[in-house]
Amino acid sequence: MSPLQLCLLLSSGLFCVGLAGALSRSNAILVLLGIELMLNAANLNFIAFWRFGPAPSADTGVIFVIFSIAVAAAEAAVGLALVIAIYRHQKNIRLQEASRLKG
Amino acid sequence: MSFLLVIIALVILASAAVAMSLRNLIHSALLLVANWLGVAAFYLWAGAEFVAFAQVLIYVGAVSMIVLFAMLLTRRARADAAGGADSGGRTVAALLASGAVAGTLAFAALQTHLPAAASPAPPATVRDLGASLMGPHAAALVIVGMILTVALLGAVILAATERNPPEDDAP
Repeated sequence: MSPLQLCLLLSSGLFCVGLAGALSRSNAILVLLGIELMLNAANLNFIAFWRFGPAPSADTGVIFVIFSIAVAAAEAAVGLALVIAIYRHQKNIRLQEASRLKG
Repeated sequence: MSFLLVIIALVILASAAVAMSLRNLIHSALLLVANWLGVAAFYLWAGAEFVAFAQVLIYVGAVSMIVLFAMLLTRRARADAAGGADSGGRTVAALLASGAVAGTLAFAALQTHLPAAASPAPPATVRDLGASLMGPHAAALVIVGMILTVALLGAVILAATERNPPEDDAP
C-alpha cells in the first residue's frame, strides 16, 4: 500500500469520526468540534496530495491548507459566538431545543 | 517511514473517536488538543513544516482556548453539563451513516489507481511560501484578512449583545 493510500485512509477515518460526532451529539459545541475534525481531514488530503501526488507542484497544497486553516479559524469564532448567543437566549445549548431563530 | 505514519494515524483517530464519545465536555476538548497535535505531527511527517507550526499556533493555541472558554461560559451548574442524554436511535443512525461514508471513501481510496509521484515534491521553504503568498496569491491573502476581520467583528457583536441587562445568572 502506497503512502498516499495510507494518508487517504487516515483522512477518511478522521472525516467519518467527525461526521459521526456532528450527527450524533446534541451539544452544539461538540457538533462544531466534529465539523472542525472534518475540516482537518480535508487539510490532511491537501497535504497528502501535495506531497505524494503524481504532479508535485511547488507549494500549491501548502498555500491551500494555510487559507483553509484561516477560514476554519474564522468559522470557529463565529460558531462559538453563536453558541454563546443561543445559550444566553435559551439557557442551554442543546440543539433539539434551538429550533427558533426568532429572538 | 510508514511505521511512523501508522503511529500518527492511531493517535489521530483514537483521540478523535474518544473525544467524540466522551460525556465530559472538558475531557473532549483536551483530547481534541491531542488530536490537533497529531495532525500537526502528520504535517511535520509529510514535510510541511510551516503548516505544522501554523496548526499548533492556530488550533492548539487559539481554537482550543475559544472552545474551552465557550464550554465554561455555557456550562450549567446542574448535572446535565454534558448536554443531556443523547438519544440512542440518533447515535445508531449517525454511526450507520458515517460507517457507510467510511466504507465508500476507503473503497474509493483503495480501488482508485493513483499514479506514483515521479519525483518527491520539492520542499516548500518559508521563503518560497512568503513569496508565493505575496506574489500570485496576494489577492487571496487580502480577502482572507477581510474574512477574519469581519468574522471577528461578527463574533463580538453576536456574543456581546446584551438584551436583558438584569441577567441573574450572567456568566
